[in-house]
Amino acid sequence: MSSAAVSLLTIVFIVVIGAAIGLLAGVHRKMDLEQWTVGGRGFGVVLVFLLMAGEVYTTFAFLGASGWAYSRGGPALYVLAYLTLAYVVSFFILPQIWEVGRKHGMQTVSDFFGVLYGNKYLAGLVCAIGIVCIIPYVQLQLTGVGIIVSIASFDGIGRTPAMAIAVLLLVAFVFASGVRAVAWVSIVKDALMVFAALAIGIGIPLIHFGGIRPMFAALAHARPAHMTMPGATANLGHAWFISTVLLTSLGFYMWPHAFAATFTARSADTLRRNAVIMPLYTLTLVFIFFAGFAAVLLVPGLANGDLAMLTVVRGSFPPWFLGLVGGAGALTAMVPASILILTAATLFAKNLYRPVFAPAMTDAQVGKLARLMVIVLGVISLYLAIYSSTTIVSLLLTGYAGVTQFFPGVVLGLYWKRVTTAAVFGGMTAGVIAVAFLMLSHRDPLFGLSAGFLALCLNFLVTVFGSLLTPALRRDSWTRPLATER
Amino acid sequence: MDVKKPSASAVLLGLIPFAGMCFSVSFWDRIDPMLFGMPFNLFWLICWIVLSSSCLWAAYKLETARDKRDARTR
Repeated sequence: MSSAAVSLLTIVFIVVIGAAIGLLAGVHRKMDLEQWTVGGRGFGVVLVFLLMAGEVYTTFAFLGASGWAYSRGGPALYVLAYLTLAYVVSFFILPQIWEVGRKHGMQTVSDFFGVLYGNKYLAGLVCAIGIVCIIPYVQLQLTGVGIIVSIASFDGIGRTPAMAIAVLLLVAFVFASGVRAVAWVSIVKDALMVFAALAIGIGIPLIHFGGIRPMFAALAHARPAHMTMPGATANLGHAWFISTVLLTSLGFYMWPHAFAATFTARSADTLRRNAVIMPLYTLTLVFIFFAGFAAVLLVPGLANGDLAMLTVVRGSFPPWFLGLVGGAGALTAMVPASILILTAATLFAKNLYRPVFAPAMTDAQVGKLARLMVIVLGVISLYLAIYSSTTIVSLLLTGYAGVTQFFPGVVLGLYWKRVTTAAVFGGMTAGVIAVAFLMLSHRDPLFGLSAGFLALCLNFLVTVFGSLLTPALRRDSWTRPLATER
Repeated sequence: MDVKKPSASAVLLGLIPFAGMCFSVSFWDRIDPMLFGMPFNLFWLICWIVLSSSCLWAAYKLETARDKRDARTR
C-alpha cells in the first residue's frame, strides 16, 4: 500500500470513529432544548473538563501556536500565558455565572445580559456581536481541516472535499446529540491530540538534533533574536505582550460557546475544580512549541507558517503516524467548529428570532429552529471557507477583541450594584466600534498596545462613568426572571 | 444580582499568577540562563503554569472552607 493510502485510511478511520461517538452520545436521551444546549446542567468534573479542553485545542492552538513559534518566535509565548490566566479569571467569575444561570434557566451569554439588565435590546446586541464573531472562527476551523487533511493525505483529498465532508459529519452529530456529542467526541480527539503533541514535540528534536537541549542550543546559536520578544516581528514587544495577554485572558470565557459551557456544569464547585486542573493541560501545548521552534531550523522560508509543523511531521514520521496526526487534527477542528455552530444557532433562535419576530414560540419550536440553523450556519461557513481570502487571522483577532467587550458588563453586573443598563449599552457599543475601526483600518497594534485592549479600556471607562451619571437600576428589575420576557 | 463574591484572600492568590506571567515580562524574557535545555522565558512560563494551578488550588481550599463555615452559621 502506498504512503498516501495508509495515511488516508488512518484519517478516515479516526474521523469515522469520532463522528460515530458523537452520533451515539445522545441516544436514549430526550433531546429537549435544555438537554441539547447545556446537557441538562448535569455534567460533572470529567465531562466539563473534556468540553472545555475540547474548546482549547482548536486548529488555532494546533497549527497556529506552532505556526507563530515558527514565523514570529518569542511573541508566540503569549499563548501559554493567556490560556493559564484565562483559567485564573474563570475561577472568580464562572461559579457566580453558573449560580445566576441556574436560578434563571440561562443557556446563552445573551440570556445572561437579558436577565441581569432586564433589556431585550441589550440581549439582542450581545447576540448579534456573538454571532458575527463566531462565524469567522468556524471558517478558520474549516480552513484548518482543509490544510490538515490535504497535507496528511499527500494531497489525496483536496481541501474543498475535506471541508465539505467535515461539515456534513459535524452537522450530523450536533443535530443529533447537541453539546453532549461535543463532550464525547472530545475524548477521542484530546487523547489523540495529547499523544500526537508529545510524540511530535519530543520526536522531532530527537530525530533531527538528538534532543530538546541540542535543538535549542542550535537555535540560540543560529537565531538568538527569534526566541525573545519581539522575535521576528517589528512591533510585538513587551507592552504588546502585557496588553494582549490581559485582553485574551479576560475575554476567553466571553466567547459565547465558552460562556455557555459554564451552564453544563452540575455545580459551582465543578467549575472551581476545573479551573484548578485546566492550567496543567496547557503544558501539553509546550510540546507543540518545541515542534514550531524546531521547524525554524528544519524548513526555513515557508510562506505560510501554519504549514510548518505538518511539513516537518510529513518529512520525519511514517505514513500511519502522519495519518494519526491528520485524523486528530481534523477532529481538533471539527469539535470546536461544532460547539461554535451549536452556540450561534441557539443564540439566533432563542435570543434573536423569538424575542423579535415570534414571541409566542415554545421551547420545542425554538429547538427545531436552532437545529435548522445548524445546517444553515454549516453551509454559510463552508461557503466562506471555500471562497476565503487570506484575512482570516485578522478576522479572528477582531472577533476576540469583539467578544471581550462583554467583559465589563459581565463582571460589573455580577459585582457592582451601581452599574446601569444604559451605561453597559454605551460601553459595549463604544468598545465594538473602536475595535471595528482600529482593526479594519490596520491600526493594530496601536502605540505598541493591542487595539482590542485599548477598546476594552474605553468600554470600562464608559460603563463606569456612564453608570455613575445615570440613575441606579431599581431592585426589582435586577432579578427579573427570563420568563416575563417571552 | 446577589451572588457571593470571592473572598479578598482568594482574589489576592489569583493576582499572583498575573504578576508572574504577565506584568513581569521584562524581567524574564531572556534566553540565558538556559535551564533543562530550554530558553529562560519558556522555562519560566512552564514553572508558572504549575504555580498558577497551585495558587488556584489554595484559593479553592479557602473558598470551600468559607462555604462550609457559612453553611454552618446560617
